Amino acid sequence: MKKSNLVIGLLVLVAVIAAIVSFEPSETKKTAAVSDKVKIGFVYVGPVADAGWTYEHDRGRLAVEAEYGGKVETVFVESVSEGPDAERVIAQMASDGANAVFTTSFGYMNPTIKVAQQFPDVKFEHATGYKRADNVATYSSRFYEGRHVLGLIAGKMTKSNTIGYIASFPIPEVVRGINAAYLAAKSVNPDVKFKVIWVSTWFDPGKEADAAKALIDQGADILMQHTDSAAPMKIAEERGIYAFGQASDQAAYGPNAQLTAIIDDWAPYYVRRAGDLINGTWSSTDTWGGFDTGMVALAPYGKAVPDDVKAMAEEARKAITEGRLHAFTGPVNKQDGSPWLKSGETADDGTLLGMNFYVEGIEGSLP
Amino acid sequence: MDYGLLSSILHAVLVASTPLVFAGLGALIQERAGVLNLGIEGLMIVGALAGFATALSGFPILISIIAAALAGALLASIFALLVLRLYANPVATGLALTLFGLGLSALAGAQYVGQAAPQVDAWNIPILSHLPIAGHALFSHDPLVYLSISLAVLMWWFITKSRAGLILRAVGENHSAAHALGFSVTRIRFLAIITGGALAGIGGSYLTLVQTPLFVEGMTAGRGWIALALVVFASWRPLRVIVGAYLFGSVSIIQLHGQALGVSVASQWLSMLPYLVTIGALVIIAGRGNFSHKAPGSLGVTFRESK
Repeated sequence: MKKSNLVIGLLVLVAVIAAIVSFEPSETKKTAAVSDKVKIGFVYVGPVADAGWTYEHDRGRLAVEAEYGGKVETVFVESVSEGPDAERVIAQMASDGANAVFTTSFGYMNPTIKVAQQFPDVKFEHATGYKRADNVATYSSRFYEGRHVLGLIAGKMTKSNTIGYIASFPIPEVVRGINAAYLAAKSVNPDVKFKVIWVSTWFDPGKEADAAKALIDQGADILMQHTDSAAPMKIAEERGIYAFGQASDQAAYGPNAQLTAIIDDWAPYYVRRAGDLINGTWSSTDTWGGFDTGMVALAPYGKAVPDDVKAMAEEARKAITEGRLHAFTGPVNKQDGSPWLKSGETADDGTLLGMNFYVEGIEGSLP
Repeated sequence: MDYGLLSSILHAVLVASTPLVFAGLGALIQERAGVLNLGIEGLMIVGALAGFATALSGFPILISIIAAALAGALLASIFALLVLRLYANPVATGLALTLFGLGLSALAGAQYVGQAAPQVDAWNIPILSHLPIAGHALFSHDPLVYLSISLAVLMWWFITKSRAGLILRAVGENHSAAHALGFSVTRIRFLAIITGGALAGIGGSYLTLVQTPLFVEGMTAGRGWIALALVVFASWRPLRVIVGAYLFGSVSIIQLHGQALGVSVASQWLSMLPYLVTIGALVIIAGRGNFSHKAPGSLGVTFRESK
């Protein structure tokens, strides 16, 4: 015991000395960076051309370049698998002189934290995670606010009173979306029913298309999805029903079918954070932005959406943006009938972030 | 359950199974010639892109299918060159072919993401397509569904009844003996590989032309591997590939419909089910220990003429 304590003590001592020694050069580096270009790296989980998740992150990167021109330099690496490969790529970026690295997938969380410890002078930003450090910030979007508006439109526009929902994995993010959309649809159409199919994949166009067909065959006339390909939109177009785009504007796949789409707009956040880096005012923060920050946006409404529905959707979006409306406002019961939110009560972020239950009225059980 | 829904489910099963039938047959013809090609996934996605790009340029469906077949055959010929002429390890080469196909299609296909191919019209078979239930389910499909079934029957006839098929089997069972009899093992295997590549290409194009129908990189999502498993499941017989593919398709489609109907089974189980069924069938087949279910004797063995 004593021996190991001694070893640990020595290690701590070495670490402290190392920290003091490295303190001086890091200061000079910082001042140098102000005059130099700020270099920002992005690590993507998919290809830039995925027409969804990664595509939107890259649009954010381009917005940073457009905003700050000669003051920044951006680099990116695409299709980096989550795991050891990610750690290597992130570390490489940091040692190549990046001042900040944005890691844009949940699975990069531990690699990001690990590399951040090795490069204390480099700032890191990790999307959708929950581990932070002095030089690691996290950010995500309140997509459920968008789902609320989608639910309103779906509830108003369905004729069969059946909404089909293609879900990926039963993580809080996805469950939250289903609940938000259902509550909104129910509020304008008491007879509405949700049919949910879990496909256990983020990306398998064939399977997503099969699920879309199954839902349509069972009477759904509007589709929502929380998977990454545009196949359900394409099927909706072929079958002459409606659907909502996911992550990105998918009107190209469903010019008649798309009612609107939730767009993950990372540009406002990336531009703001890049500005902080340039001005030297960056600090580690936890951002969960919604309509108010511009991080969640909606695609233009489809031509099938009637004016009164558009007006209702716009009103809801405005109310959410101004903080007058919360997508989860009581009274809401859980699926088993136990009370969750009292009348007028709104959900707290903690519950939302860990949501693992359906609200009352949704049929079926979570896988 | 109402009959309209039953009919729709059957229809969807045939659609979901068809890429597997093509790719399975493509793997089978090669394995009967003694070639183990693990590159089916890569061949499929390249065919998927070629078919989609051709259809997008305004060519009719038939030309698009031919383009997909040619693309598959072309890529397969690289595999043939490496394995048959340069004696590369077929397992490693096949895996490399899959990775190469996925990468190549992603690179060349980036410009096609976000575009929509024209719809393929169904061929409604006269009279039969008006039958209740079965009409929509079985006789109101795109031409590729009928083609896949015809090809399986044709391949069955070829392998079991024709002289050329006998030679193909001889090469697969014992290439040294076939060589001693004066057959060109390399030439026959080359033909089997490009035929298999063409079929896998068509299977891939079914995904982009009919099933989804769009192109995104990596969209074959493992179907090439399922096709390889199907060949074993089918104990190297073409007609059983159809049975296996439809069984696989049925389980995947029925689990989706089960969920939408509110059948409360964990979706993870339902997603595993097709694979469990495949493994179960494999165990049953293996347990019988019947000689006729054996793999071709020279499967995956490199042939050198000097030997």
